[in-house]
Amino acid sequence: MLRFVVRRLLQAIPTLFILSILVFAWLRALPGGPAGAMLGDKATPEKIADLNRTLGLDQPIFVQYFKFLGRVLTGDFGSSLVSNQAVLDEIGFALPATIELSLTALLLAVGFGIPLGYLAARYHGRLVDNSVVIGTLVGVAVPVFFLGYLLKLWFAGEGLGWFPPSGRQTTGIDATEVTGFATLDGLLTGEFDAFGDALWHLVLPGVALATIPAAVIVRITRASVLDVVNEDFVRTAESKGLGRQTVRRRHVLRNALLPVTTTIGLQTGLLLGGAVLTERVFNWRGIGYLLAEGIERRDYPRLQALILLGAVVYVLVNLLVDIAYGIIDPRVRAR
Amino acid sequence: MTTIMPKRRKDKVDELAKAAGTSLTAQAFKRMRRSPVAITGAVIVALFLLMAIFAPLLTPKDPYFRYPELFTIKTPNFIPGSMPGFLFGSDEFGRDFFSRVLVASQQTLLVGVLATLIGLSIGMVIGGLAGAFGGWVDTVLMRLVDVMLSVPSLLLAISIAALAAQPSQWTVIIAVSIVTVPIFARLLRGAMLAQRSSDHVLAATAVGIRRRTIVLRHMLPNSMGPVLVQATLTLATAILEAAALSFLGLGDPDTDRAEWGLMLANAQRYLEVRPELAFYPAIAIIIVALGFTLLGESMREALDPKNRR
Amino acid sequence: MALLEVRDLSVVFQRKGEKPFTAVDGVSFDVDPGQTVGLVGESGCGKSVTSLAIMGLLPRRGNRVGGTATFEGTNLLSLSDNQMRERRGRDLGMVFQDPLSSLNPVISIGLQVTEVLQRHRGMKGDAAKRKAAELLDKVGIPDPTRRLSEYPHQLSGGMRQRALIAIALACAPRLLIADEPTTALDVTIQAQILSLLKELVTDTGTALVMITHDLGVVAGLCDEVNVLYGGKIVERAERHALFNHARHPYTHGLLGSIPRLDAPKGEKLVPIKGSVSDNIPWDNGCAFAPRCPNAIDDCRQTMPVLETDGPGQLRCHNPVELADAVREGAR
Repeated sequence: MLRFVVRRLLQAIPTLFILSILVFAWLRALPGGPAGAMLGDKATPEKIADLNRTLGLDQPIFVQYFKFLGRVLTGDFGSSLVSNQAVLDEIGFALPATIELSLTALLLAVGFGIPLGYLAARYHGRLVDNSVVIGTLVGVAVPVFFLGYLLKLWFAGEGLGWFPPSGRQTTGIDATEVTGFATLDGLLTGEFDAFGDALWHLVLPGVALATIPAAVIVRITRASVLDVVNEDFVRTAESKGLGRQTVRRRHVLRNALLPVTTTIGLQTGLLLGGAVLTERVFNWRGIGYLLAEGIERRDYPRLQALILLGAVVYVLVNLLVDIAYGIIDPRVRAR
Repeated sequence: MTTIMPKRRKDKVDELAKAAGTSLTAQAFKRMRRSPVAITGAVIVALFLLMAIFAPLLTPKDPYFRYPELFTIKTPNFIPGSMPGFLFGSDEFGRDFFSRVLVASQQTLLVGVLATLIGLSIGMVIGGLAGAFGGWVDTVLMRLVDVMLSVPSLLLAISIAALAAQPSQWTVIIAVSIVTVPIFARLLRGAMLAQRSSDHVLAATAVGIRRRTIVLRHMLPNSMGPVLVQATLTLATAILEAAALSFLGLGDPDTDRAEWGLMLANAQRYLEVRPELAFYPAIAIIIVALGFTLLGESMREALDPKNRR
Repeated sequence: MALLEVRDLSVVFQRKGEKPFTAVDGVSFDVDPGQTVGLVGESGCGKSVTSLAIMGLLPRRGNRVGGTATFEGTNLLSLSDNQMRERRGRDLGMVFQDPLSSLNPVISIGLQVTEVLQRHRGMKGDAAKRKAAELLDKVGIPDPTRRLSEYPHQLSGGMRQRALIAIALACAPRLLIADEPTTALDVTIQAQILSLLKELVTDTGTALVMITHDLGVVAGLCDEVNVLYGGKIVERAERHALFNHARHPYTHGLLGSIPRLDAPKGEKLVPIKGSVSDNIPWDNGCAFAPRCPNAIDDCRQTMPVLETDGPGQLRCHNPVELADAVREGAR
């Protein structure tokens, strides 16, 4: 098992390495070059030449690349053009908000997706199945940000007013910050009103962000269960006279969830993309919000860091999923 | 040395390949004609195409003209709704919103089709080369594709769109298309690799047909099924991704341009005043995306060998 | 009284928008305690469907089952799903064709054996494991305690089939149904598995229903043989009678298409013409008529019935003459 984990870790390194080259190239390809991008509107040819010298952009390209790599590895992404803060600090501050939102969405997606998919497969071809399938098809056709606005319009503010329309916490609520995770802080400090408030704020953006991953998980689960129930080993399990629940849990679900695990890993990519849109709709001060703001203000140092970070997170999450897959499927470990 | 092979045997191999490929497609088509899902999808797509083609003839008003009667009564917090002559009322610039929704179908179709076609072409070249040559070509190309896939798709689109000094419709199209490249590349490579060990390709190799001929005449055509399915599905996601990019401010800043995603993104600012400005383009996008998805999914199901009887 | 009495068993598959298809059509046979009975025929003749119907393992939807299958006085076909689950694995065991796909790939061999012990014998923990190791040992798997924690992909094909046999026999059922248990295995392994099965049923007194297309398997194992064609039994005979003077042209054909080492040099194999798809429906005559070398007009007009024929039973208008059969057999 350990050898499997190490091997997968080593396999991720070339991908990350090529990625760093691409991001470096991306920075060079920006309009006006990195210097122009950094100076933005204030760029004049003299200033650009000046900055190029300071940044070492007159040095040979591979020297520049290794310097860039060195900075990236030490976490130095420069400072944001918008806030003048170090980009890494900005990200560190915004990260808990995004993780909290993404985890909520992932939990919702998995929590609803797998049971619904299983239900659809069990009642294959009947009304339940057809409704679930149509629901998932519509679910992936709705633009995430529009869904966010719809939820806001219907359930928050001027609509039913059940949920707060934006933000992570009600202003004026006295919450102590420990980890930056609003819900976790509420629990740690025993401020349960703050915990409830944070949870309340999570509902609408969480649902908006969960929709597409949930739809995908439903469909993969359904297809996978339909495949597995026709497998010979399920017939063997039935021939042993095992109880219905045992056959379902131990033999059908356990095998059917293998492809679902991979899908959940792939969904984190969708989640990261969706978070950018959702956070903007709900004024959620996370990574996506930073990114959207960065695009609007052409804050290239920030964008560069975020793109690299997004890719690294995605690679790492899929690595984790692979390892999880190895734990549930003994055949993978052996390879 | 192809002359060694008699013509008759060549035909025989072709027949084998055809039997594996086209008759399969014909069967799939037959199955699709019976499926209500496929019919619904096809009808939606057909209506959308008709709408886009005949939009200029269908619009009751000039979609680009700022009507004074709509504009003059506009106050900062009021955009007129439905009124005689203007079915959907006005947009924020006093233009006829109904005509704009109609004519926007053209640009939306253009964005979807171009983004898909560009992604498809580049992806097919990469996947085709990898699948045809194998070996180190395959390794290098697929490593590149893996890296592209290692960036979450919207993030990749954003980083490409952000490269343009001035955002435009083209940056959106190109950004969206690049995202689909790795998907098509992997798909075609996979299908071709599967073909490579199939009986009719082995038969063709055994009778000494040149590799180029095998690839072009046997492997490629028979690998097109899944690619076609993916292209149909991509038309839906391309339209949705383009809307997302517009929403993030990476869309075309030209206020004259009518495109559903752009209109939906711009309408967010007036959501509290006139939610319909967002609803109509959103509903249009949802229906069209659904249409392409239904069509693509039923194609996939029809082509799936598991469903063959 | 027979252990299992199958009477007039029929299975009709009906899929939405398609013609109903009769896979098993009025099949009757008996299995006595400790007896080995063969069901023989080409693929599609209904032999597997018969066994699945007896075990209650047919898909829940899309089929109709008629007739009775009385096991120790209880008609299995009238039992509820839950009652049937009590019986399967305890009174009736089954071994399937493909040992790899018939074992759950993500669960250890140990659990796959112990779960049936726990279900029907209430054995848990170490007791169950000890018993499982004992079972694996009995089916000839070396180092059984270590194998318990292994997964199906770590075992060879023969070992997997041995494990499946151990699972099927774990609770000492009175009847074991083996559906083509050797078809997916190498020839050398086939013989080992067959002799294992023979040994086990003799030792434990378990009755065995052997489903196969391979007359070689029948020759080595079965006391009585039922030959199926087109969902009906066309000939039933004791093993030696069948091999020495098969009466039905189909059985005769099956025997004729096996290469024999003791055949005179130059003798040709006689294949059966056509395939199962050439069948005509039984109500228009004999389903085998289009492929039958002995077919006469009667065969295409009236359905033959299963009638007593010497010690066995036969469904044929124009059987192979006994004299011919003996002569063929003597060659």
